[in-house]
Order: sequence, then structure tokens, then C-alpha cells
Amino acid sequence: MSSNSQKKGFGATIWDYMTTVDHKKIAILYLISGGFFFLVGGVEAMMIRIQLMKAGNDFLSAGTYNEVLTMHGTTMIFLAAMPILLAFMNAVSPLQIGARDVAFPFLNSLGFWLFFFGGVFLNLSWFLGGAPDAGWTNYASLALASEGHGIDFYSLGLTISGFGTLIAGINFLVTIINMRAPGMTYMRMPLFTWTTFVASALILLAFPPLTVGIFFMVFDRLFGANFFDVTMGGNTIIWEHFFWIFGHPEVYILILPAFGIFSEIFAIFSRKRLFGYTALVFATILIGFYGFMVWAHHMFTVGLGPTANAVFALATMIIAVPTGIKIFNWLLTIWGGNISFTVPMIYAVAFIPSFVAGGVTGVMQAIAPLDYQLHDSYFIVAHFHYVIVGGVVLAILAGTHLYWPKMFGTMLSEKLGKWTFWFFFIGFHLTFFIQHFLGLMGMPRRVYTFGADQGWDLFNAISSAGALLMAIGVIILLVNVVMTVVKGERVGNDPWGDGRTLEWAIPSPPPFYNFAQTPLVRGLDPYWIEKMEGNKEGMVYAEPLGDIHMPNGSFIPFVISLGMFIAAFGAMYHMDGHVWALPVLIGGLAITFGSMLVRSLKDDLGFHISKEELIADNERIQREARALEGGKKGGLK
Amino acid sequence: MDLNKRYTPQTWPDHPETATLEGKNKFVGFWLLLAAETVTFASLFATYLALKDKGPSGMEFSASGLFELPLVFAMTMILLTSSLTSVYAMYHMKNHNFKAMQAWLGITVLLGLAFLGLEIYEFNHYVHLGFGYTNSAFSSAFYTLVGTHGAHVVFGLSWFIALMLRNAKRGLNMYNAPKFYLAALYWHFIDVVWVFIFTVVYLMGVIG
Amino acid sequence: MMKGPKKWRLFALMTALLVFLSGCGREEISTLIPAGKVAQDQFNLLILSSIVMLFVIVVVTIIYVLAIVKFRRSKVGEDMIPEQVEGSARLEFIWTAIPIVLLLILAVPTVYSTFDLADVTAMDAQDEDGAAENLTVNVTGKLYWWEFEYPEQEIRTAQELVVPTGERVYFNLIAADVKHSFWIPSVGGKLDVNPENVNTFYLEFDKESSELEEGVYFGKCAELCGPSHALMDFKVKTLNREDFDAWVAAMQEEQAAPTETVAQEGQQIFEQSCIACHATNAAGAATGVGPNLATFGDRTTIAGFMEHDEETLKNWIADPQQYKPGNLMPNPEEINNGEPFSDQELDALAAYLMGLKVEE
Repeated sequence: MSSNSQKKGFGATIWDYMTTVDHKKIAILYLISGGFFFLVGGVEAMMIRIQLMKAGNDFLSAGTYNEVLTMHGTTMIFLAAMPILLAFMNAVSPLQIGARDVAFPFLNSLGFWLFFFGGVFLNLSWFLGGAPDAGWTNYASLALASEGHGIDFYSLGLTISGFGTLIAGINFLVTIINMRAPGMTYMRMPLFTWTTFVASALILLAFPPLTVGIFFMVFDRLFGANFFDVTMGGNTIIWEHFFWIFGHPEVYILILPAFGIFSEIFAIFSRKRLFGYTALVFATILIGFYGFMVWAHHMFTVGLGPTANAVFALATMIIAVPTGIKIFNWLLTIWGGNISFTVPMIYAVAFIPSFVAGGVTGVMQAIAPLDYQLHDSYFIVAHFHYVIVGGVVLAILAGTHLYWPKMFGTMLSEKLGKWTFWFFFIGFHLTFFIQHFLGLMGMPRRVYTFGADQGWDLFNAISSAGALLMAIGVIILLVNVVMTVVKGERVGNDPWGDGRTLEWAIPSPPPFYNFAQTPLVRGLDPYWIEKMEGNKEGMVYAEPLGDIHMPNGSFIPFVISLGMFIAAFGAMYHMDGHVWALPVLIGGLAITFGSMLVRSLKDDLGFHISKEELIADNERIQREARALEGGKKGGLK
Repeated sequence: MDLNKRYTPQTWPDHPETATLEGKNKFVGFWLLLAAETVTFASLFATYLALKDKGPSGMEFSASGLFELPLVFAMTMILLTSSLTSVYAMYHMKNHNFKAMQAWLGITVLLGLAFLGLEIYEFNHYVHLGFGYTNSAFSSAFYTLVGTHGAHVVFGLSWFIALMLRNAKRGLNMYNAPKFYLAALYWHFIDVVWVFIFTVVYLMGVIG
Repeated sequence: MMKGPKKWRLFALMTALLVFLSGCGREEISTLIPAGKVAQDQFNLLILSSIVMLFVIVVVTIIYVLAIVKFRRSKVGEDMIPEQVEGSARLEFIWTAIPIVLLLILAVPTVYSTFDLADVTAMDAQDEDGAAENLTVNVTGKLYWWEFEYPEQEIRTAQELVVPTGERVYFNLIAADVKHSFWIPSVGGKLDVNPENVNTFYLEFDKESSELEEGVYFGKCAELCGPSHALMDFKVKTLNREDFDAWVAAMQEEQAAPTETVAQEGQQIFEQSCIACHATNAAGAATGVGPNLATFGDRTTIAGFMEHDEETLKNWIADPQQYKPGNLMPNPEEINNGEPFSDQELDALAAYLMGLKVEE
């Protein structure tokens, strides 16, 4: 049990975070580790652009370049973008539906630690004989031919972190189905919660095929199976299917929460209800649904035949319709609003043209015969960076500014935020716009070098210059974070002034039980409704003040994940004939299953916060809020 | 939640598995997990069908020559029966008859162990014929599909046994009722998967 | 903040200017300068889709710019609370229907072209004498080089594909090791070279490559296949039918023995060390381990991407790993009794190899 006002030693804080099951603290863990991996992936991106800034450069060797490009993609998708979005989902969506925590706090913690250990395991490959080098898509024939343990780090690391993500997905689904506050019907849920819901459903159904594919890879490489070994009757196209049956929904797992964040931002900073809320919800569901039917558009050149290609081409084009619906509803949300250009809003506004550009090139690639030219060229590199950086990363940056006060109780600097924005935004377009043309001029992707006789020098140089601007933007963001943390100026419940949903009705950061009384939801944008009706108290409540049941913290998730981490080393080195490997494998699994057994045999019923404690805590909160008001009047503004 | 609260068949709710929020969460969450499991097995089935009878040139094994139906039919009957006995167990759980529930679960576990024994015998037999895991793409796909099911059986049995031992002395309450319910649900799922394995792998394998 | 839109406009202008200045890339490799029916079809689709997409972008941009200019807080007032509009069924209908129409415009040529470009029914067509009517080339992708076999003509070559202009050429693609992808950007889109199955498609070559600055089209491997994926280039020489037939006839003949002494020495060394992997005759069965060298002297590159001169060739033979990491050509020590080739031996080999020609 902890409370934000208590002062704790460093060790105690670390222990608190290692054992926490509080969704808000797990959100911070996701944000920090996802942010760290984002920086790692960013350094890898810079290495790629340095290598390609001129023809015949020798900054990286051919083999190293392949490792860097593989780790850049894998890190950014699995270890940076998804965890940071999971951070926002954790921090915000339980608050948005008026819940005191997620459905399975213990599993929430387990999900994080599995992701964390999987990510660490994958990145340890750099120090233990070489990183994976078959691209983030890890196509089977090359992956089986790859020497050393790089690919094993990839498959085992992603297996571990994949379990974590799957657990997180189930958790959010159950939370949203079962734990909405009274009056929070499905069609009153904030868009970010809706996108969390649909993205979680995609996680639920998309990760198992990846896990199966990766298991085949592990068995082929480490235990002599023959799934992908052509000489033994295997078939490498199976991997491609599994990878993309996962891979395409994965793109939507990333972009839907990004859409959700932007939807919140457009409404808040236009001071206006989302235009066409119902249409936005159904477009979200449709996009999620179609996401599973278009995977083969990543495989137009594989030789599946014209019928398959034509069907998948048409299916892919259809996705443009719900996406267009979203864009136009956002535009109409701004239209007639009262737009305040805060940092989150600038990102949201910049997102529209960037994402539209990425979307239209996507439709161009849906045209199968045209894709024969575009596929695996720099055009596709430009396209997916336009949707992922122009969509997801802009949303992550916007969300960091938007939810920072809710997560940490302080405000990131708007001024530095705008500097970051301009460097990042200009750098982004400079880097990737030109790459469309490189692709059309015949440059294949994943090349570690190119000749001076190919005519690609100038555009590559421009692209590299853009990457430098993006890097500067990220560095300014880091400075911003450090300065904000050092300053530590507290903010109130609704620091943006125009919050509409439940999370802005409670203190920043919220007390660990979130809502002393469960709120009663009277419509879409419940907090806005109360504000407009002049409700001084902030909310109306669905229950009288009473005891609250809370879960206990637990160290077991950490140990379960650690066990899998250890077992993965055993599995990997087993094939090299090390005597110690098999005991390590068995020992690691014993730790994992043993701690699972402890968890199921030992009753863990949680604890209760009494009504008296709640009243006392509430008085403290009121006191702090008054002090904050006083401080502001005292001359800060 | 109060573990010491005593229930009688009269005060015991109709649906103890979903009577508390925790139970409801577990109930929904477990169904979702089964959805993910379904996709997992669907992927394994698809792979098996793609790689069926595929191997290095001159491979002597094929589904029609390898599998023998009588043994597998016996396994199927045993597992189906165990599913039925777990239904009886849940019937008694809902009536708050702990002893009868434990007894039927015991029978379920014994049947599960019998199934597992036969499966081990079957695999052992194939390996002796030279149809090892690394023999061909076909063998890898076969053992991975059926073996994954077998691993689920092992996990389901361990779950039943752990629950029965842990709660042997304290009887049913609102804390463990959902756990018994979910373990039984898991057992049904395993059973359904086996029906598909029996059909797709064995029946369709032997018939051609 | 006020600087925003201005900066953006300047940036867009600069980009447009740059694109204009550097043109559309090189004729040898750019998809924007199509040199055959397939690439032309694909280029037309590119233009059509670009126009449709440009229309979408323009519509979005107009609404977007108007919205963010008209409704900024500095214009509408600090305390203004906008009307909380729920939505509009009519608008939703419009922006559902119009994109569907636009997509239909794209869908029709997409489906047509997908089937058209995959139509290889004429591949096995035979004339009255039982000879194939169309040229078929079997392409095998190997770790960082390409083998081209002409089954009907019973010849094979490597690294430089030679094809006739003005007719459909059919390709059978297969990989000998890991997956590759066969791509000649200016002639047509790529097709994957899989290890488990033969992929088939056709291309048409409009223009004789001798008119190009480099004299050949550039071909690429488009699927990551290992460290030297970037260097797995090949070249395409297009000849008119007459020249092509002459080339085939020359290929079918036995390679003439070298006349110069240096080259003869080179041949001796070659036959002790290199012949196990490299054939020097285009006709007949090949070992297939290393590229066939019958046309080596005619080629425009060494190892697919380096300058075609003796100096480069000698460096390449002396240390292949330095230039193409991970390729399978052995170091001289492994085939020359543990010794590196001496300068003299390298000179001889280079002279011999450069003399391997089928063209005058």
C-alpha cells in the first residue's frame, strides 16, 4: 500500500515499482522502458542514415548493417511503439471508464515484466555474439541460414515479450467489458478507450499466429524440426503467412490507439464534442475487422497467383473507406471549434496531412501490379514510415505531452515542446518524403550500400540530413523531460482546462484507488457535462463513500518473467552442446512454473481501505489543491 | 472477500462462478484466452495440412500408412468420457456438494491420465518405426500439433490436481468456485480440440 | 506558431524543386522511365493512382487549412464555447460514397492488370515443328549471383541476361539457397525467387540497351538475402532479334583457345584451380556452383557491380570476401595449394578471363 505523498527511500521506491500491481505505476514502467528502447531504436536509425548518406560509405560493414536494420525495426515496433501505447492505455483507459484498476492487476504486472525481460533478452544479442540479421520480418529461408544466435535471440525474445502483450490485451478487454462505471455504456466510452478495446481484440487474435510461427522457427533452429527446411519437405511461405497474419493487424494495433489519442486531443483543444462519434466508433471496429483480411497484400510478389492477388488488392482498398471517414470526422470536429494550439494539438494537426500522405501511398500499393514495382523498394520504406512515424510516433509525442500531467502531476514545457515538434516534423518529412522517389528510381530496401552510378546520391544525402533534425528534436524532448522533473511544479485535476472525460475529474496524479466514489456517467464526455452544468464538486457519484477493496502488490510476476528469461538462455545454448545449458533451461522453467504454483496455492485476497482512511486522504487532496490554487494566485501567472 | 463465510446449498448462488466481480472477470478473461488458444490451434492445423505427407524425397511415411484408428478411437472415447465426468463435477459444484464434485473430478483426472498414457505409447510406437520428430516436415508438424494438445492435457490435469489438493480441507467458497469452473471449461476446450485432431489428422489421414 | 504554415510551404517548394532538378533517376534503373510493356502498364497505374490520390489530398487540404485558420482561439475568442455538434448522417454518407467511387476507378484496372501480367499461357506454345514459339529463360538466384539458363537453346550464362527486344520473354524463377527477388526496375516489377517453387512471369523489352549510357539495364535482388544483398546486381543486355540469334549461335559454339602466351598460362592455372566451379563454355551441362564465365570478357561488370577492368578483376580474385562479404567464392589459398596467387598468376588469370568472349 502506498500513497504519493509519502516520502520513500530510493531502494523502497525501486522495490515498490518491482512489486506494484497499480495500473498507473505499471504505465510509468511501460513509458520509461518503452522510451528507453525508443532511444535505442533511434540510435540504430541514425546509424542506418549515416551509412547511407553517401554512395559506397563504409561506416558499417555489410553484416553489421543487416543487424542494425533488423534491430531498428524490431525494437521500434515491439519494444518502443507498443509499450509506450500500452503505457497510455494503462494510465488512461481505466480512468476513462471510471474503474479503480484493471481487471487483473497481477497479470498486468506480469505482462509488463514479460515484455521487459523479452526486450532485454533481445538486446543482449548485441553483446553475446551478434544481433539478428534477417530483417524484422525474419523470412524463414534467410533466418534458417543465419549463423550464430542472432535469430534465436529474436525468436525467444519475441516469444517472451509476445506473451506479455497477449496478457495485456486480454486484461484490457475484460476491464472494458466488466468494469465500466454505472452509466458508462459502450456508446459513451471515450474514443481512446474504444481504440484500446479494439486494439486489444487485435492483440488477442493476432499474436497467437506470430507465436506459432516463432515456435516453428525455434524448433527448426534449436530442436531439429523441419517446418521451413525445403530439403526436408518444409515450406518457407508458411512463415510469411503467419508473420503477416500477425503483421498486418499489428499495424492497426499501433495505429488505432494513436487514432484514439488524436481523437481525444481534437475534442479537448477544439473545445468541441467529437463530430460523428458513432461513425468514428464503427470505423474503428471496421478497420480492426478488415485488418485480418488483407495480410497477403504484403506478399503480392510471392507468387500466390492472380486470383489471390486481385482479391487481396480489393480487400485492401476497402480499408481506405473507414480511414477516410475518420479523417473527415476529425476535420469536422475542428470545424466550428475553438482551437488552442498547445503542443498536443500541434502534433494532432500535423498528423492529418502526414497520415493522409501515408494513407494514399498505401492505397497505391494496394494496386497489386503497381506494387510489383513498389514492393521492397524505398517507396515502401517511405510509406510505412509515413504511417508509423506520421501516425503512431506523432501520437506518442502528443500523448506524452497530453497525459504527462495526469501521469506525473507536472507539465512538460510548452516552449521546448514546440521546438521538439518543429525539428521532428520537418526532419520527418525531409527524411521520408524523398524516399518515395528513391524507391521509384529503383532503390531496393535493406541495402547496406549503393553505387555512385545508380543516381541515388543526392536524395539519400537529403534523407540523412532530415534524420539528424529528428534526432535533435528527440534530444530537446529529453531536455524537456529532465527540466520538468527537476522543477516539479504540481498541477491540478484538469491542467489543460478543457478536459472532457473522467480522467480529468480527479487529481493529477490520481490517488492509488483512483475514484474515492465511483462516478455516475450521464452521457458522452461526462466531465464536460458536469462542467457545463456548473457542478462544483466535479462529478456526481453512483455510490456513497465506503470501504474500497484493493489488490496486494506482488513480486511473483517479476520472478515468473525472470524464470523464462533464464530458460531462454538454456534453450539457446543447449544446441551448442554446453553441459550447463539443459540444467539452465529446466531451472528457468522450474522457477517460472514454481512461482505460478505459489501464486495459485497461496490465497491473495487483497486488502480494504476503510471509509475513514478515504476521508482523511480526501482532506489531504483538498488541502493540496487549495495550496496549488494559492500558489498560482501568489504570482506564478 | 471472506473465505470463512459458510454456504449451504440454499445460500449458494445459482452461478457461483460469476457471482463476484473477480469471478466475472475471470470468466470473461478465460473465454478470451480460449479464443486466443483457438487461433493458436487453427494455425497448427493449417500448418499440419500444408505439410502433411511432405518430406525429403523418398520418405517412407505417410498419414494413410502410419496411423491406426483403433487405438486413437479408444483415446477419443476416453477423453470424451472425461469431459462428461467433468460436467457431473460442475453439476455438483453448482449444488454445493463438494464431496461429489471431488469424486467426479478424481474420475476425470484418472481418465485424463489414461489418455495421456495411450498418447505416450502411440508416440513411442511411431518413434520406434523411425518416424521421429526430425524425420521430415510432416513428422515435425504432426508431433507439434498433437504434442501441443498433449501439453494442454498435462497442464489441465495439473490444474485439476492442484485445485483438488489445495481445497480438499476447506470445501467450496466464492473464492475457489470460479477456479474449479474454469478448469472444467479448459478441459472441455481440450476435448473439443481433440475431436478436431481425431477428424483432421487421423480420420482424414487414414481415409486419404 | 505563426511561422508554421510559411515554413511548411517553403519546404514543400524546395522539395518539389529538388525532384524536378534531379529528374526521374537513371534510365537504366528507374521505374519512372519505363522501357517495356510491363513497366509501362505499371507506370500508367502509378500516374492514374497519383491523380486520384492528389484529388483526395487537395480536398483534405482545403478543409484542413480553412479549419485551422478560421477557428483558432485568437480569432474566435478565449471564452467562446462552440456548439457541441453530434454529427451529420448526410456528410457521413458523402465521405463514404465518394471514396468508394474513387476506389472503383482504381479497382477495375487493378484487377485487369493483375490477371494480364500473370498470363503465361503462351509460355509453352509450340509451332508446327515442335519448337517453342517464345523465349523462356530459367533464372536461378544463388548467394549473390544470378544464373540464366536458356533451356530451348541449351546455353547458359550468368550475371548478364541477354534478351531480344520487341517480344515477350518468359521467366522461370527459383532460388538455390535462400529467398531472392528478381527485379529489373525499368522493364517491369519484381517477382520473388522462392526456394520451394518455380515462379513464372513475362517481361517485354522495348529498347536496345546499346542506346543507354551504360549499355545495359540494371537488375537488382529485392529481397534481403544476407550481407551482400545490396551487391546482388545483374545487368540486362537487350539486342534486336537478329543480333540475339547471332549471340545464341556464338554461345552454342565451343570457346576458342587463347592465343597469347599470358592467357594460355592463365588457362592452365584456371584449369587447375577454378574449373571445379566455373564453366567456360556456355553450352552443355554446367557445374552450377559458380557463375558460368563463357561471356566474361563481354560483360560490363565484375561480380555484378564492379568496374570491368583487369585491375579490379585481380583484386577480386585475390580476396573475394573483401568486396562481396559472405559470398561463396573460395579464397585463393583454398584452391591453390594453400598459397595466394602471385602477381604473375593473377595477371595470367585476368588475361585469360578477359579473353573469354562470344561477341566480337
